[in-house]
Amino acid sequence: MKALSQKRRHPLAAIALLLMGLLVTGGLYAVATTVNQAKADTTTFSASDAQEGGKLFAANCATCHGMGASGTKDAPSLVGVGAAAVDFQVGTGRMPMQMNGPQAQEKPRQFNDQQTQQLAAYVASLGAGPAIPDASLLDEKGDAAKGGELFRVNCAMCHNAAAAGGALTRGKFAPALAGVTGQHIYEAMATGPQNMPVFNDANISPEGKRDIITFLKTIEANGSPGGADLGSLGPVSEGLFVWVAGLGVIIAFTIWLTSRTS
Amino acid sequence: MSASSTAEVPFVPETKVGRITDFVDQRVGGSGILREFGRKVFPDHWSFMFGEVALYSFVILLMSGTFLTFFFDPSMAETHYSGSYTPLTNVEMSVAYNSSLNISFDIRGGLFFRQVHHWAALLFVASLGVHMLRVFFTGAFRKPREMNWVVGGVLLILAMAEGFTGYSLPDDLLSGNGLRIIDGVIKSIPVIGTYISFFLFGGEFPGTAIIGRLYVLHILLVPAMILLMIVIHLFMVVVHKHTQYPGPGRNDGNVVGYPLGPVYAAKAGGFFFIVFGVVALMAAMFTINPIWNYGPYDPSPVSAGTQPDWYIGFVDGALRLMPGVVNDFHFEYIIFGHVLTLNVLLPALVPAGIIFTVLFTYPWIERWITKDDREHHVLDRPRNAPTRTAIGVAGFTWYCVMWAAAGSDLIATHFHVALNDVTYWLRTLFFIGPIIAFMVTKRVALALQRKDREIALHGRETGRIVRLPHGEFIEVHAPLDDYKHYKLVGFESPSPSAAEPNENGVVTPKEKRRAALSKWFFEDRVAPATPAELEAAHGHGHHEAIESGEEHKSLSH
Repeated sequence: MKALSQKRRHPLAAIALLLMGLLVTGGLYAVATTVNQAKADTTTFSASDAQEGGKLFAANCATCHGMGASGTKDAPSLVGVGAAAVDFQVGTGRMPMQMNGPQAQEKPRQFNDQQTQQLAAYVASLGAGPAIPDASLLDEKGDAAKGGELFRVNCAMCHNAAAAGGALTRGKFAPALAGVTGQHIYEAMATGPQNMPVFNDANISPEGKRDIITFLKTIEANGSPGGADLGSLGPVSEGLFVWVAGLGVIIAFTIWLTSRTS
Repeated sequence: MSASSTAEVPFVPETKVGRITDFVDQRVGGSGILREFGRKVFPDHWSFMFGEVALYSFVILLMSGTFLTFFFDPSMAETHYSGSYTPLTNVEMSVAYNSSLNISFDIRGGLFFRQVHHWAALLFVASLGVHMLRVFFTGAFRKPREMNWVVGGVLLILAMAEGFTGYSLPDDLLSGNGLRIIDGVIKSIPVIGTYISFFLFGGEFPGTAIIGRLYVLHILLVPAMILLMIVIHLFMVVVHKHTQYPGPGRNDGNVVGYPLGPVYAAKAGGFFFIVFGVVALMAAMFTINPIWNYGPYDPSPVSAGTQPDWYIGFVDGALRLMPGVVNDFHFEYIIFGHVLTLNVLLPALVPAGIIFTVLFTYPWIERWITKDDREHHVLDRPRNAPTRTAIGVAGFTWYCVMWAAAGSDLIATHFHVALNDVTYWLRTLFFIGPIIAFMVTKRVALALQRKDREIALHGRETGRIVRLPHGEFIEVHAPLDDYKHYKLVGFESPSPSAAEPNENGVVTPKEKRRAALSKWFFEDRVAPATPAELEAAHGHGHHEAIESGEEHKSLSH
C-alpha cells in the first residue's frame, strides 16, 4: 500500500488510471450487453438459411437498407438488430414497408415462415442481437397478475390499460395488442420496433416478459365480463354511446309518447 | 272539509278499502290535492320530456346507488385481492378498489347494478344538458322563469360534482389519474391552491383520506342538494305552469294541453319504466367503466386514453388544447416565491367560468338588451329569435370544440390523422369556431324565416307543373290550413329599440351601449306576413284559381 501511494505521482500513474477506468467500464458494458443477448445464439440457423436469406435480402430489402444491410440515408443499418427484429418486422408485414410515413404499418405479410426465417438468419449472421425467443417464454403460463402490474407500469401509457392502443405524436401510434402473437409481443419488447422503446432483459426480465404475454392473452381470452366493450376506449366511447344510442332511443320514445293518431 | 257543509249528506263509504281511504283522506286531504293536480294541464311535445328523463335517471341513481352502498367500502387501507378475477390475484390495492371489484365479480347482480348506476349517471347529465338546450333555444328562460333557469344551472353543476365524486370512488387507475388532474388544477390556484389541496386530500396527494371524503359528498351532501334543487325546480314549474309552443288558441294567458290525470299521469309513470328499461338494457349489454382493466390506483402509471366522463370532458379538452410554451413565451411565473402556472389555471378555470357565467346571467342580459319585461308563456321557435339561437349555437360549438379535444388522441388513431394536427385544428376552432357558428346559424335562421314567410304568403309547393292554354307554365301551390298558417305568422318580431333618455333627459352611455346591442340583436329580421300582405297575396291567387278534382288550389308564380 505504501509502495502504491509513493508511486502516485509517477509520470505513468495517470495513464495507468485511465487504462484501469476504461477496462472496468468496458468490462461492465460487455457484461451488461451480454445480459441482453444471453439468448442471442440459442436459435441455430443453418448456413444455407443465411445464404438464402442474403439473396432475399438483396432482392427485397437492400434498396433501402443497403447491400450488406449497412444502412443508407433512407433506412438504418441492420447489423446487430438480431433475428428477433427481423421476425417481428417481416412476420407482421411491417417490412418491406408499404410507404414512407410516421411509422411502418402492419399489413398482410409478404414472406412465408421459411423466408422470414432465412432473412432472420441472414441478419443474425451480420452481428449478434436479440434472438427469436425460446418457446418456454411464450407458453402463456406465467403470472397474469404480475404481468398486469408490469404492463400498467411499462406499457399502458401508450398501449392503453386494456391494450386497446393509443395515439403518439405526429401520426405515430401504439397499436392495439389483441390478436398479436406472444412471439411478436416478446420480440417487440426486446427490439423496440418503430417508436417503441427497447425493454431489454435488464429492464424487464424474460420471466417478466412471459408474465406480460400471459396477462395480455388472459384478458384477451376473458373477453369483456360486462357486455360489449365499446372498443375498450374508456369514457369517450361510453359518452358517445350514451348520447347517440341511449338518448337516441329515449328521444324515439318521447316522440312516440307525445304523438297523436289524428 | 265535507263536514263543514251541513246541507250535504256525509259521505259514508261502503267497502273496507273505502273506509280506510276515507279515514286517511279526512286527515290528510289527499283528494283535494289530487283533484288540483289531476286537473293541471300540460302541453304535449316530445322536447318537453327531457327534464322528466333527468328526474327518472335521478330516481334510478338513488335506487341503484343504495344497492351499491351495501357492498362498497370507502377505505384506502391496503389489501391484497383474492376475488375471482384472476388477472389481479394477489395484487396490492386499496380496500375501496377491492370492494368495487367484489361488487363487479363476486356479488350477485353487482356488476349489473354498477353499470345501471354509471349509465344512469351519464344519461342524467346528458338529459339535463339537452333539457337546458331546449329551454334556451325556445326562450323558456324568459320572465317569469329566470330563477328556475338558474336553479337548473345549479343542478347541472351539482350533477357534474356528483358525477365526478362517484367516478373517483372505485380508486382504480383511471379515476386516480382524473383525481390527480383535479389536484393539479387546485394547486394551480395562486396562494391558496396548495392549502386547499392539502386540506382536501389530508396531506400530499393521494393520501389516505380522499376516497372516504368523496364518498360522504357523493352519497350524502351532493344528492341532498340535488334533491332540494329538484323540489324547488318542480315547485316553480307548478307555480309558473308549463310553457307551450305557439299555435292557434295558445297565448301567454293560457295553457293548452292535456290534464295530468289520468292519461298524462299514466304516460309519465310508464315513461319512467321506459327510461329504466333503456338504462337496464344498456347496463346488461354494454360494459361501462371496466375498472378491472385499469388496475388499482398507483401514482406512477398513466394509461393512454385516460379521459373523464363526458360531462367533465370539456375541461379536460381545454387543458389539452393549452400550449405549454408559445415560441419563447412561457406561461409559468414565480411571484414572491409562489408559482403561478397559467397553462393549467387558464384552461382549467377560464372556459368553464365563462360558460357558467354566461349561462347564469343570460336571461338578464337578454332582458336588458331587449327591454322586454313581459311574461312569456308561449315559446319562440328558434328560427324566430335568430340572434339568440346564433348565440346559443356559438356557445355550444365552443363547448363541443373543447369536448372533442378531450378525445383528441382517439380522433387521431381512429381517423388516421396526426395528433398534433388535431390539436392545431381544434386550437384554431376554439377561437373561430364560435364566430363561424354564430354567422352560419343566424343566416340559416333568417333563411328559414324567409321560407316560412314565402309559404305563408303563397302556400306550399305541390310539385305539380301546369301548362296554361296560352303556353305559360306555372307551378301549383296549395294553401295551408289555418293551424299551419298560424304557426308561420303568429310570432313577434321586435325591431331595435333606440336609446332613450332617462328621467333627467340624459341618454346615458350605458343606454347607448344597450341600444347598440339592441340593434345588433334585432337588426336582421324577417317580419311575419301581415294580414294585409296575406290578403293581397291570396287575392292575387284568386285571379288564377283553378278548380282541380278534389281540392281547391291557388296558383302563383
